[in-house]
Amino acid sequence: MKRFATFWWEFVVGDDWRVAAGIVVAIGLTALLATTSIPAWWLLPLAVAAVLWTSLKRAAG
Amino acid sequence: MLSAFLASAVEMVEALTIVLAMGVTRGWRAALAGAGAATLALAAIVAVLGPALTVIPIEALRLVVGALLLVFGLQWLRKAILRASGWRALRDEDAVYARRAAEARGAQHELRAGLDWYGFTISFKGVLLEGLEVAFIVLTFGSTQGSIPLAAAGAAAAVVLVVVAGIVVHGPLSRVPENALAFAVGVMLTTFGTFWGAEGAGVDWPGDDASLPGVLGFVLLVSLTFVTALRRRRRLAPA
Repeated sequence: MKRFATFWWEFVVGDDWRVAAGIVVAIGLTALLATTSIPAWWLLPLAVAAVLWTSLKRAAG
Repeated sequence: MLSAFLASAVEMVEALTIVLAMGVTRGWRAALAGAGAATLALAAIVAVLGPALTVIPIEALRLVVGALLLVFGLQWLRKAILRASGWRALRDEDAVYARRAAEARGAQHELRAGLDWYGFTISFKGVLLEGLEVAFIVLTFGSTQGSIPLAAAGAAAAVVLVVVAGIVVHGPLSRVPENALAFAVGVMLTTFGTFWGAEGAGVDWPGDDASLPGVLGFVLLVSLTFVTALRRRRRLAPA
């Protein structure tokens, strides 16, 4: 059971769990912004770039 | 279809290395039976989950699929950028083949159902695990674009191409530019993940679908910039 859970965790989340967490937060914030009158389309692309760069910087020491 | 084709090509090059190592060292019967059983299992996963996904409302589907594609895409992109910038070693199919073959030679012979069990299970696991991500991509792209068979055809075409190339080359496909393909897959998954994830969250893209090339260009530009920045960082890093 533990190995099964570990497999799915590694399959979905991968090497850096912070990336998955960052994406969930970014989509949540996008959904919040989309309920206002401010355009929200720009938020997710910028958040994706920020999450990726943060993860890469961490991996590159 | 292109995303499914490229992702399938990358994963099948890796699966081919495992099946080849098992075939040469443990016998082709068990290796091919394992690969065939795993292919059937993957086809069954797509056949069962595909129709189930079509009953989910499109907005909810896009949100979940977008989030998952983003997480997957960033995993591919992260690995490809680290490899392209020299922070992680490129995958060497010849070295993987040699290691797998050495392990297989040392493993015990055990017959089950008339097959060498080691050769069967390693081939089965190799194809199933490498193919699972492809099955996921086929399901997500196919369900959000309304054509799982088309995405499955793209993936199947890559399988055929890799198998034929393996037969022609008669060895691991070490000259396939795996990292460039993985980079392209990462960019595409991240692009569609961003687009659908945002749409699912309630965003109206300027120009609707016409903004997709813009998102693609942005993800590509950002990724190439990160490769350049990390290469510079690598050069300046103390040895």
